[in-house]
Amino acid sequence: MNWKVIAKKKMPALIEELTKEYQVFAPVRNESVVSFERVSSGNETVLDLHNTKKPPKEVFLPQNEILFTYRVGQESVEIEGAPALEREMVLLGVRPCDARGFVLLDKFFSSGEQEDFNYLRKRENAATVGLACNHPLSTCFCTSIGGSPFGKEGMDLLLQDLNDKYLIEMVTEKGKKLIEKFPWLRGAEKADIEKGKRLSEDAEKAIRSKLSVEGLSEKLDRMFDDPMWDQIGLKCVGCGVCTFLCPTCCCFDVLDEETEEAKRVRIWDSCQFPLFTLQGSGHNPRSSAKERMRQRIMHKFSYFVKNFGESFCVGCGRCIRECPVNQDIREIIDGISTR
Amino acid sequence: MGNVENSMREIAQELLSEGKVDVIVGYGQGTLPLRTTPCFINKAEDVPKLVWNASCDANLSRYLVGREDKVGVVAKGCDARAILVCTVEKQILRENVVIIGVPCPGVIDKKKVEAKLDGKEALDAIIEDEEIKVKGEEFEYVLPIEDFTCDSCLTCRHRNPPIYDVLVGEKAPEAPDADEFAEVSSLESRSAEERWAHFEEELSKCIRCYACRNVCPLCYCKECFVDQTMPAWFGKTNRLSDTMIYHIVRAFHVAGRCVDCGACSRACPMDINLRQLVKKTEKIVRERFNYEAGISLEEVPPLGEFKMQDAQEFIR
Repeated sequence: MNWKVIAKKKMPALIEELTKEYQVFAPVRNESVVSFERVSSGNETVLDLHNTKKPPKEVFLPQNEILFTYRVGQESVEIEGAPALEREMVLLGVRPCDARGFVLLDKFFSSGEQEDFNYLRKRENAATVGLACNHPLSTCFCTSIGGSPFGKEGMDLLLQDLNDKYLIEMVTEKGKKLIEKFPWLRGAEKADIEKGKRLSEDAEKAIRSKLSVEGLSEKLDRMFDDPMWDQIGLKCVGCGVCTFLCPTCCCFDVLDEETEEAKRVRIWDSCQFPLFTLQGSGHNPRSSAKERMRQRIMHKFSYFVKNFGESFCVGCGRCIRECPVNQDIREIIDGISTR
Repeated sequence: MGNVENSMREIAQELLSEGKVDVIVGYGQGTLPLRTTPCFINKAEDVPKLVWNASCDANLSRYLVGREDKVGVVAKGCDARAILVCTVEKQILRENVVIIGVPCPGVIDKKKVEAKLDGKEALDAIIEDEEIKVKGEEFEYVLPIEDFTCDSCLTCRHRNPPIYDVLVGEKAPEAPDADEFAEVSSLESRSAEERWAHFEEELSKCIRCYACRNVCPLCYCKECFVDQTMPAWFGKTNRLSDTMIYHIVRAFHVAGRCVDCGACSRACPMDINLRQLVKKTEKIVRERFNYEAGISLEEVPPLGEFKMQDAQEFIR
């Protein structure tokens, strides 16, 4: 039996129970902004929203993260690694685009000679309970880019909103083990599963933004000096909204902070900032918004594709909704694909 | 609105075809309801891309600094004031800019509309003179514009650009004597601890994306103090002490210069009330130096000169 159901009114009790054993992260409203926060009870969570403003990546890649602390003595340096993880984590209410974002981030952080210990240990320590999208936004374009409003990639469990209850699908062994801790959950009726299937088909059809990303990488190979970037650069103000609110943008900077003891800290960085590429000589190879925006697009739709076989974008639409000057990545993608 | 848009296009057409400007900086149709997007037009045949409505909210003055060509720019009262400040500060050459002034009764605050929709998505919006019709799946609201106008516009006393080369449309009646410092005064009446707690709460939301700085027409420093690394003046994290220094220094840096266009608050993805902090410095400058930024090309800004009669009771 891979399906269970839970009445919506019992969700707080389930979350409450989870918090006793796990660190639970779920969408929490702080005035107008909803983001993934650690919850300590069952009533703080909002699941009936389209998506969080900030993506859940910050659970695994916090904006500030102490990698290690150190003391420089007369003869030696004492290093103390990051503190051990407290408890296993459960992320609840992750939308399919964002869960898919985790899968892409996993590829990024586990590639190369060095795996990223700090990111991966948190990922391994976490279970993701996803929440399917019955009502995708007009800015969602997940289906054009390998995802789906009912996609299960990156999830251990998938919740589907059936109005008065959630249908729970066990996606992985980890998810199954998690659900076994709640023997009071009822098995799903055939009608529930069928309703879920119907909703998933409707949701796919409800996606309004359809883009063609086929061959984008090859087209971009020939477009480094295209005048299109000048137009994009003219409008861009060069802030970090698109990168910071992106579920897959994960570039970081590392710096040392000295107080009583020194800390090596990792912070979010953005390819949209001048400092990102400023060299010691004072030269900046990406001197304006044009080069920086080109880099962002190239990384997502060309370099990442060459390295990992897929785009580094999940179609969540946050950059479209939140850009202060309405720079729309869908228009950029269309501009490339019509070349 | 339609007439204003047509006249604006005619003027832009003329400026471009007569070679008086190389580019028109204005507003184009956005891709989302209630959004417009900055638009750069080099050819007369592209002029129909120009739009004018109550969602033309970006301060376009920020796109003029650093340009060396001749620019025709669409400017509301606050845009024109920012251009004026930048001209006084020698960042914009007046003779390089043709200001197409547009009287503006106020722009729509999309965040207020979003709050009203309470999570529902607007799929279409029609802006009329007095109201906005917002449509989505299974709902339609007719919203009175005045209830969804940006706070900065509600108390704006410069709806007509104080400087322009050509004015489009009829002059807008200025706002009745609304107290633009009402919010600041109410904050002032609270205790220092309460004010500190308030700013801590607001600024703890900051993610250091710098959207506020980057949309600001007066944040034109080639290298912002936060981007300096040799030496690095302060931390780059989004911990409260770091974010507070950023916002406090920025507020100081636009004191006596800010024209209260509200672009910072509109741009903030975390919905921080950024205007409030800067508005206090505006109030101080008004009270101590009787100066309002972006009104006069001749008057020397208070932080640009020293007068013997300046109040200086803090020097002991």
